[in-house]
Amino acid sequence: MAQEILSPLPGTFYRKPAPDQPPYKNDGDAVEAGDVIGLIEVMKSFHEVKAEVAGTLQEFLVENEEAVMAGQPLATLA
Amino acid sequence: MGKLLVANRGEIAVRIIRAARELGLATVQVHSTADAGSLAVQLADEAVEIGPPQALKSYLKIEAILEAAAATGATAVHPGYGFLAENDRFADAVEAAGLAWIGPAGAAIRLMGDKVSARRAAQQAGVPTVPGSAGIVTSLAEAQPVVAETGFPVMIKAAAGGGGRGIRIARDGTEFERLLPQASAEAQAAFGDGGLYLEKVVERARHVEVQVLGDGEQVVHLFERECSIQRRRQKVWEEAPSPALPPEVRKALCSSAVALAKAVRYRGAGTLEYLYDDASRAFYFIEMNTRIQVEHPVTEMVTGIDLVREQIRVCLGERLRFAQADIALRGHAIEVRLNAEDPARDFLPHPGTVTMLRVPGGPGTRFDTLLYQGCTIPPFYDSLLGKLIVHDEDRTAAIARLERALGELVIEGVPTTLALHQALARDPEVRAGSLDTTWLERWLEANRNQLTGQEEVAG
Repeated sequence: MAQEILSPLPGTFYRKPAPDQPPYKNDGDAVEAGDVIGLIEVMKSFHEVKAEVAGTLQEFLVENEEAVMAGQPLATLA
Repeated sequence: MGKLLVANRGEIAVRIIRAARELGLATVQVHSTADAGSLAVQLADEAVEIGPPQALKSYLKIEAILEAAAATGATAVHPGYGFLAENDRFADAVEAAGLAWIGPAGAAIRLMGDKVSARRAAQQAGVPTVPGSAGIVTSLAEAQPVVAETGFPVMIKAAAGGGGRGIRIARDGTEFERLLPQASAEAQAAFGDGGLYLEKVVERARHVEVQVLGDGEQVVHLFERECSIQRRRQKVWEEAPSPALPPEVRKALCSSAVALAKAVRYRGAGTLEYLYDDASRAFYFIEMNTRIQVEHPVTEMVTGIDLVREQIRVCLGERLRFAQADIALRGHAIEVRLNAEDPARDFLPHPGTVTMLRVPGGPGTRFDTLLYQGCTIPPFYDSLLGKLIVHDEDRTAAIARLERALGELVIEGVPTTLALHQALARDPEVRAGSLDTTWLERWLEANRNQLTGQEEVAG
């Protein structure tokens, strides 16, 4: 069954470590527990979002640079 | 008389609206969708929404701000601090649109914003800079005369490096002779360029800065502030005057700042930042901030001059209304920054809704803030909630007044740095003024338990 990766904080979601770098993960990528899948920027400080379990990243549910709420699903993992 | 557009948010937007209103100017507050309920929007005469929450799509969007200015008939733009305040293209665009820019000309921002050209301008004005090599050195033979000047410790930096890469510190001549060739070889391998810069390391330095105000011809200083208490290069506690400067050093420091600001025909409010070494009583220019600063209120308290109002006046074309001899220091002022950060959780910032607010008051007490009871702190911007400023006859009295005022302040609903400031205000080293820019990081390591809300009885 698909699991959701939730945002731990409210803020802005980034899929890349820096604007000129590739995304941490793409739809369909294999994910290990502890892998970083994105960043949340809250009040100008950055926090990594990590996958808690291994699996395949099915789909990102929010766009790069989209505003998110705490607890909002960011991606589905199968 | 005119209409001032505030191209910023938070506590500084509130501060600017207050100054504008006292000058008889109408105000326009531009804002993102996240700030529609902000105090600045409530206080301004008009408000214009310019975009979504992310600063890149709102507060940093030059076209949207200029459109709002045109639509409201604004005649001037105040950029505050941060965001576009030191963006020379924005300054140029505002002036090209026929509006008054409350800041220095774009050319002055370019000159002082670039570290190399600012350093050169400082040297030409006779202002001391951190001693180092004038250009690139590639060999020990070239480097030896430089270190004879700078002394040790000295920093060896790869000219092509950046972000702290390729930096070594040599503590004596022997170490220097060993490290320099290594650094050059490593820079060659890493960056394809073995060129090095040398710069004196000023250890245990204080951060002092001089406030200046210019009208494009005349420049005056409003004495110095000391902001040595910093965490990760962010100022936490600022005061005026510095508790460390002997009077003759204060005079030389402030004169040097005026000389440099005059040399660039500075207009508006600006700050020249220096490192100060207690042992040698030497000061070194580091950089100039071409804007109003967060910590400007401590200078206002000790000089009695409203910096934001005067900044607006000179940038609207008025001459400075006072000469240097008219400006005097009176008493001591301290500002502490209240951030929505949890000191017990490594200063994790946390947005939220303020459910309870009690603001301190009484003699010599000022609270510059974006807060009101029930307001929401959005996650998209910096964590500064407000600044508590106190003024009293001397530093000891000001610290007692600060402790008293901190005791009155209540902010519930978001974590704040209040407990940090309470601990700092009773710290013997803070009280003695024996500080440097690395002091707070060491203090935090040693005093974690003071900030977790589980104070222990000393045993």
